[in-house]
Amino acid sequence: MRIAILDRILLLVMCLAAGYQIITGVEGLAPVPMIVYTVGFGVLLVAGLLLIILGFEALDSPVVIVVSTVIPLSLSLGLVWEHCSACRTPYLVFVIVGFLTVLATRLLPLRNRLPVLVLAVVHGIAGLTIFVLPVLLSATGRARPGFGLVGVGGALIGVGGLLLALLKAGKPLVSRAIILKILPGLLLLMTAAFVAGFALE
Amino acid sequence: MNAAFAKVRLYWPLTKSLQTGLLLSTGLAGYMSARCPVLHWTDLLGLALSLFMAIAGSTILNMWYDRDIDSVMNRTHHRPLADGRVLPNEALRLGLVLSILGVGMAGLMDSLYGLIVLAGLFFDVVVYTLWLKRRTCWSIVWGGISGGMPILAGRAFGLGYVDGVGLLLTLAVLFWIPTHILTFSMRYQDDYTAAGIPTFPSTYGLAATRATIAVSSVVAALCISAAGILIGMQWGFVRLLAVLSAGLLLLGVASVFRPTERVNFGLFKYASMYMLGAMLLISLGAL
Repeated sequence: MRIAILDRILLLVMCLAAGYQIITGVEGLAPVPMIVYTVGFGVLLVAGLLLIILGFEALDSPVVIVVSTVIPLSLSLGLVWEHCSACRTPYLVFVIVGFLTVLATRLLPLRNRLPVLVLAVVHGIAGLTIFVLPVLLSATGRARPGFGLVGVGGALIGVGGLLLALLKAGKPLVSRAIILKILPGLLLLMTAAFVAGFALE
Repeated sequence: MNAAFAKVRLYWPLTKSLQTGLLLSTGLAGYMSARCPVLHWTDLLGLALSLFMAIAGSTILNMWYDRDIDSVMNRTHHRPLADGRVLPNEALRLGLVLSILGVGMAGLMDSLYGLIVLAGLFFDVVVYTLWLKRRTCWSIVWGGISGGMPILAGRAFGLGYVDGVGLLLTLAVLFWIPTHILTFSMRYQDDYTAAGIPTFPSTYGLAATRATIAVSSVVAALCISAAGILIGMQWGFVRLLAVLSAGLLLLGVASVFRPTERVNFGLFKYASMYMLGAMLLISLGAL
């Protein structure tokens, strides 16, 4: 499926939003959140540029699954590091182990369901963390209400990640054409929610 | 009036507007990296005009000399000179007039700036195009040096002297050029072979060319990042520059270990976007 001009425009706006977040959005944070947010939004930005350049065929690369894992893992680690100091070390261990396990199950020629299972667990925990933590903090008054938008971004990244992961696993929820049609808009909405949420923190 | 517009439309492709625009952006970024936060809009406009004329002029002279090559290559046989829509003498006159005006204006603005612009024109037209392009694939080094002159000229115009950061930025463009040109020569290898132009892929093979691209991408990214830090760019801009550089490095490495036509084309396009993005960041980051 060819990428349309509108899709390219949506992706370009998404890249600009991610770039803005990298330049200004993480200023003044502690080193670890600053680095992991930069990594998360950086992967989003470079992935957006590659989609603009190469079209949706870029999603056929086997690297996509591993790279798309980096985004929720890095963003969730940043949130945990900032807002749940007691969970820092265990969550950091989960992120490192989770990423390496996803990488290993993609590199090794496994023919069972383990790769999909690992992917679902890692994406699930990271996505839920991004969704639940900001909403909880906003609801309990420990963060401003606008910060809940980061949770909206988390929900959207969960939807996008799930659709792409199941598509790559050969068991798509909806057709490839529908996924590709909504993907640029979904990525833009997700990034916009993150940027707005972090700005309103 | 209509006849004048028709001429401009005919001549415009001779300037390779995207390439000229990209080189112009490096010159402006070089200037802004030196003069900010105090902007001199008249100087900036003069710089843009003189650089545009010099770069476009040398590009037209290059296209005038290479019209025989262009006519046998699939990619370029439709160019105005190759297909006869523009007469060779007409293009030669246009190229010379623009080059002389560009270098002359640069020299009047500042002698050092004019000298560097003249050096860029000399390396591009005489050394690269007339002397080496048809003899050796290493001609791209000289093409790279001439490509690095606009950013050096811009910074030297801003500062009044040539400094280490200016040389670092020149090196960045010099090492970026192979990423741009070699991915292109891999994509159109058959065209270059048909025209009898020696290229890295035809001389050293695809594997060596990909390794060269990866190494030059690393060096270019390191040079731009180092220059960004030395210029005193705000850290947010340095972070974004690092992210874009990482994308360039990853594509360079992917082209070595998973070489496909798609990765090669992606690297070519990304390298252009990277340079434009880096120049914007250097300009804005120094504000």
